[in-house]
Amino acid sequence: MNIFFSLIAGLVFGLGLIISGMTNPAKVHGFLDVAGAWDPSLALVMLGGILVASIGFFFARKQSQSWLGLPLQMPSARNIDRRLVLGSLLFGIGWGLAGICPGPALVLVGSGVVKGGIFALAMLSGMVLFEVVESNRKLPVASAATTNPPAK
Amino acid sequence: MTIDTIHFTPIAALLGGLLIGAAAALFMLINGRIAGISGIIGGILRPVVGDILWRFAFVFGLILAPVLYGTFATLPETQVDSSYPLLIVAGLLVGIGTRYGGGCTSGHGICGISRLSPRSVVATLLFVSSGMATVFVLRHLLGVN
Repeated sequence: MNIFFSLIAGLVFGLGLIISGMTNPAKVHGFLDVAGAWDPSLALVMLGGILVASIGFFFARKQSQSWLGLPLQMPSARNIDRRLVLGSLLFGIGWGLAGICPGPALVLVGSGVVKGGIFALAMLSGMVLFEVVESNRKLPVASAATTNPPAK
Repeated sequence: MTIDTIHFTPIAALLGGLLIGAAAALFMLINGRIAGISGIIGGILRPVVGDILWRFAFVFGLILAPVLYGTFATLPETQVDSSYPLLIVAGLLVGIGTRYGGGCTSGHGICGISRLSPRSVVATLLFVSSGMATVFVLRHLLGVN
């Protein structure tokens, strides 16, 4: 059942991205180009999304589990660390270069846009690269954790 | 700063945003999960038994969205100005950056801010700023696009 609702959620999310215009990289560039003719559309997408999502999260917080009886997996990390800052800055550079972020990349794949597919492949490669580096780092980090308190 | 009144689509943007927000809200209420695209894909690349199928289903839903949309209406035009080498560099940076930073426009931008997470507010401010700075350098200093 949760797999069915995942599919629906992905579908609705994707339809929202298409309707909002955010699957068009030129439109995202229009938002990020504050020194040119600025297209504020993306800000309104965020506003609309945050409005509805915050209502959902408000009610979710009052529940002990999801409607399907699954645990509510709310992120608990609160520390602003080097990973968050560096990662977000890098992401922003890539986003600015192409005007594409992960959600629209997948929608572009489904639209049959070749350049979207190339971007998505590169993005997946980047994520795989991250996993490889992470798993290599884990060993020395794990032994260091016995002497130092864990970072999280 | 001048507002691009020709391309500004406030109603479509708000409507689309509401749908995105609804998907994120229901995903937490029904499935108990954050609708963060980079995190969902990342979990496929770091597989945990019993925690994979729903991720594929979500990704499949995103890919299916334009197919479904296209059967009832004409898909809006997309314009990708970036060259292939630029797209590859951009994709790599987005892949590495979102995983290292723990989220993207959906996970930090929509879900995180909705949860009033200070981490996500900082992350969103940072990636929007560096995105704007990148476009400024690209368009106005280097004259690309």
